[in-house]
Amino acid sequence: MSEPQPPERPEVPGERPDAQGERRHLPGERPSVSGESRAPEDGAVAATGMGGAMDLGAAEAETLEQEPREPEPAGRDERARSLWSDAWRDLRRNPVFILSALVILFLVVISLWPSLIASGNPLRCDLAKAQDGAEPGHPFGYNGQGCDVYTRTVYGARASVTVGVCATLGVALLGSVLGGLAGFFGGKWDAVLSRATDIFFAIPVVLGGLVLLSVITSSTVWPVVGFIVLLGWPQISRIARGSVITAKQHDYVQAARALGASPSRILLRHIAPNAVAPVIVVATIALGTYIALEATLSYLGVGLKPPSVSWGIDISSASPYVRNAPHALLWPSGALAVTVLAFIMLGDAVRDALDPKLR
Amino acid sequence: MRGRTHAPWAVCAAAAVLVAAGCGGGGESSGAVLSASWGDPQNPLEPANTNEVQGGKVLSMIFRGLKQYDPETAEAKDMLAEKIETSDSRNFRITVKDGWTFSNGEKVTARSFVDAWNYGASAENNQKNAYFFQYIEGYDKTHPDSGRQRADTLSGLEVVDDLTFTVRLSQKFSSFPDTLGYAAFVPLPRAFFDDHDAWLEKPVGNGPYAVESYTKGAQLTLRTWQDYPGPDKARNDGVDLRVYTDTNTAYTDLLARNLDLVDDVPASQLKNVDTDLEGRYINTPAGIIQTLAFPYYDKNWDRKGMEKVRKGLSRAIDREQITETIFRRTRTPATDWTSPVLGEEGGYRAGLCGDACEYDPEAAKKLVEEGGGLPGGQVRITYNADTGSHREWVDALCNSVNNALGDDKACVGNPIGTFADFRSQITDRNMSGPFRAGWQMDYPLIQNFLQPLYYTDASSNDGKWSNARFDRLVDEANAETDTAAAIEKFQQAEEVVRDDMAAIPLWYQNGSAGYSERLSDVSLNPFSIPVYDRIQVS
Amino acid sequence: MGRYVVRRLLQMIPVFIGATLLIFLMVNVMGDPVAGLCGDRECDPATAARLRHDFGLDQPVWQQYLTYMGNVFTGDFGTAFNGQPVTELMASAFPVTIRLTVVAILFEIVIGIVLGVVTGLRRGRPVDTGVLLVTLVVISVPTFVTGLLLQLLLGVEWEWIKPSVSTGARLDELIVPGLVLASVSLAYVTRLTRTSIAENTRADYVRTAVAKGLPRRRVITRHLLRNSLIPVVTFIGTDIGALMGGAIVTERIFNIHGVGYQLYQGILRQNTQTVVGFVTVLVLVFLVANLLVDLLYAVLDPRIRYV
Repeated sequence: MSEPQPPERPEVPGERPDAQGERRHLPGERPSVSGESRAPEDGAVAATGMGGAMDLGAAEAETLEQEPREPEPAGRDERARSLWSDAWRDLRRNPVFILSALVILFLVVISLWPSLIASGNPLRCDLAKAQDGAEPGHPFGYNGQGCDVYTRTVYGARASVTVGVCATLGVALLGSVLGGLAGFFGGKWDAVLSRATDIFFAIPVVLGGLVLLSVITSSTVWPVVGFIVLLGWPQISRIARGSVITAKQHDYVQAARALGASPSRILLRHIAPNAVAPVIVVATIALGTYIALEATLSYLGVGLKPPSVSWGIDISSASPYVRNAPHALLWPSGALAVTVLAFIMLGDAVRDALDPKLR
Repeated sequence: MRGRTHAPWAVCAAAAVLVAAGCGGGGESSGAVLSASWGDPQNPLEPANTNEVQGGKVLSMIFRGLKQYDPETAEAKDMLAEKIETSDSRNFRITVKDGWTFSNGEKVTARSFVDAWNYGASAENNQKNAYFFQYIEGYDKTHPDSGRQRADTLSGLEVVDDLTFTVRLSQKFSSFPDTLGYAAFVPLPRAFFDDHDAWLEKPVGNGPYAVESYTKGAQLTLRTWQDYPGPDKARNDGVDLRVYTDTNTAYTDLLARNLDLVDDVPASQLKNVDTDLEGRYINTPAGIIQTLAFPYYDKNWDRKGMEKVRKGLSRAIDREQITETIFRRTRTPATDWTSPVLGEEGGYRAGLCGDACEYDPEAAKKLVEEGGGLPGGQVRITYNADTGSHREWVDALCNSVNNALGDDKACVGNPIGTFADFRSQITDRNMSGPFRAGWQMDYPLIQNFLQPLYYTDASSNDGKWSNARFDRLVDEANAETDTAAAIEKFQQAEEVVRDDMAAIPLWYQNGSAGYSERLSDVSLNPFSIPVYDRIQVS
Repeated sequence: MGRYVVRRLLQMIPVFIGATLLIFLMVNVMGDPVAGLCGDRECDPATAARLRHDFGLDQPVWQQYLTYMGNVFTGDFGTAFNGQPVTELMASAFPVTIRLTVVAILFEIVIGIVLGVVTGLRRGRPVDTGVLLVTLVVISVPTFVTGLLLQLLLGVEWEWIKPSVSTGARLDELIVPGLVLASVSLAYVTRLTRTSIAENTRADYVRTAVAKGLPRRRVITRHLLRNSLIPVVTFIGTDIGALMGGAIVTERIFNIHGVGYQLYQGILRQNTQTVVGFVTVLVLVFLVANLLVDLLYAVLDPRIRYV
């Protein structure tokens, strides 16, 4: 294979620092940033530039702070907003976002106080009723051990949502930071990091679980979360690396570089918003698979220790009986599906909000 | 990458050969051949090295020993043995029937047995069932616990003539002849010793079936040996044992008429098995008992009064409900420490456990309290999560205990990832609470249900329970020449186990099997292995 | 470019050594495998000691590793506990698994990308919602259940397929298992493609291409899709290894004696030789797959170059 050379754009520089250096001191000339760019104008709300620009929470707090001071958004102020506050304003008007946020809020509430909507005891089981269908007071029927499916589904939210959300956050943060840096800087660090991901990919989940988790006696969800993060980050890291490599070729990145923007600024303000979409997509789906992975680990005898309650455990224990008692599988699976849906919609809305082309 | 591109063709070629040999589901070309589910045996198929049921299936088809256990009554009957004589329960004179040969034509002689037993007892051959020869004199030299072996052959074995040999035991053991039906005691042809690798590729024996081809990890093709001299000649033309990694798949294949016989119906299908198979399902007792053992090396479980706690736990288990719901009657609540397949004469005594095995939440709570409560307020039942579906019954058992004691957290399961890890934790005496213990009999004798499990430092006494009175009664029973008297002694020993509740008996396990419309006369023997030679194919 | 490939190939050496050492240590940490070989009873000490000696387990770990690696370079991958050489297990397992993986990847590429393009171009329309719902079902119902139900429906009720795959594992038998295996990844590929397509539909070059009057099909395949595929290709690249080594559930349901099954058995029985041997080959597959993915970046996006 010969070196792929783009006929259309022969002048696009690769990674030649001298080219940048030359352009670095071009005086205050503003390049005509096309509509494609999400780079905010200089002098936008400074706080976001400080570092953790990815943090939606920060963007939110900041907008709220600003809100009272400018009751009517004037044209000039509008332009001064950062990308993130723009996104937040978009999101608040997006019904999809509001709906998914409400669902997630509901999940958080029942995770914290399951007894609000379920009065029973998830560990109270009567084997005589095993696999029975719904009856008054027990709308979802009973599972294979004769426990109330409704109560267990409600109580299972805590462990499952914690595992899903925390593992996904951990994987997404670790993976996108490492992958992003590798993709952005390239060279030696990229090689080291990519080969490290290769080694992590090589560890079979079953082996990793049996080795790393069997020595831990803690009965909390944190070892499981840690394990998933440990084995899960290479995937996101690869995805992030790939999209950073693409994004950094874009004209606006070159333009920003020409303007003399620092690497951290380029990475955070210009590349990150453009490269984050695949990460969001993979992370939201992975959230569901991590909840299921927790069940696999429990099945192997190394996940959550009994008497923990989780959707994953209930789904995997109901699976063999799907022919005789599908309801025991249906409800925890349904709960998992709704959770994943909420996060997919949320991810979609956030991604759309971050994309000015879709406005 | 040359090797990789070639490999698929090799596999395809092997498959083509198999198809030609008649592995097609219908078996149209090969007449009355049936296909049956099988699991990959864990060890090489040597008789003294096979300690699990999958390898045992094959051995039961290609070998016949001195004794054969009756498929229905489990009684040990002479097969190759003309007679086994003794006057003192220690020196035995064994005469082999004339006229038996291996399927390669070699004659079965006294030497075939003596060579095979010496091979099995010799430490350098790494035979995992070597301990079956431990009662024969000289075993301590061929298989010392440590250090190099000092003899290659057992001094207690002596060939008298072509068809006669003598066995001298190191102690009195009156029921020794009845143990000779176990697979480790079968004769072996010279081919086994002369070209061991070739024999393992295609084992040769003296049973009603002969191995036609063996593709490891996929299929073992057995065909009826037409010149088989024994009385139990196969009533079909052969059996194709197909390896399934999951019994559920085998069951689905049976439903789709791709398979004729499944000898382990998965628990999750038991509820619908009657409608699926329209009665072509059998569920018969097997010589397997499940118990909960306790770590007697742990002070918490060894102190005075704990027998009350153990009895309390036993009474908190609703065996009826669990066997009904979880196992769909493929287990029967246990009321003693042996198995119903022994029969009343064999030493099984229903109800020997008495009250202590009856579910009574009130009494359970009271007993546990009288005994000083559960150590640490909680029992953790340890089991391995990788084989069998232990999680379900452990969870059910714990729910039952929790309900009886009125405490959500009184009992929890403690899964361990692998069987090897589970076993090594037991061997290292790391258990801190009750743990799963299962026992599948080697031979249908009450001795086999008691001595290996409860005798001081016996090989399967995992809890290290020790009781001088029990040991003495077992010794006396083994020395007894009269069978009935021996069994009575064993039962007295079993009462000692009961009074101390050394292990909580849970349930007797059955064997189950489903079969296709083509088959009739399907039955399982007391070892839960199908009696292949009796199956008729239409 | 040639130098880049050579450099990448050289990088494989440390990865190879690192991965095998890691796996070797992990299997060793799991404890003594001999305890599990004697069934529900204690192995007698003499046999246990001899077995340990025969498998080399009585030596220190570093020595075991060196001996093992020495043997690997002569083509000897050791023996499994049932006496079969590991190379024999590999020769029977890998061809089957490679075929299964190829089928699954084809499903991912064809169905996943087509659905992704369709939903990406028709965002918010019924077809988009419908695909989203199917995606949710695939994610929240375990593979075990979908596989089992498909097997019952297609194999027993309708008799379209045989419920189990024969030893030869022909490609046509692997279609349903391949689909089941690919199902979760299909969800990823579809949504990744959808997102990328949606992002790029408003890009300048698409507008230009449309303005030039290019036919719609050409705009989509040549301009839009090509630029949208990088995340998808990355994902599929990472997925190859996962599909090959992690098809445990699918292989069990359809009785396929492939890599996933052998690896799982090896791990449960703590058979170092089997596990390290199989993982070693898998590591090589990862490395090659990742190299190919990186080279594909340059094909898909000419602006990316490797020197």
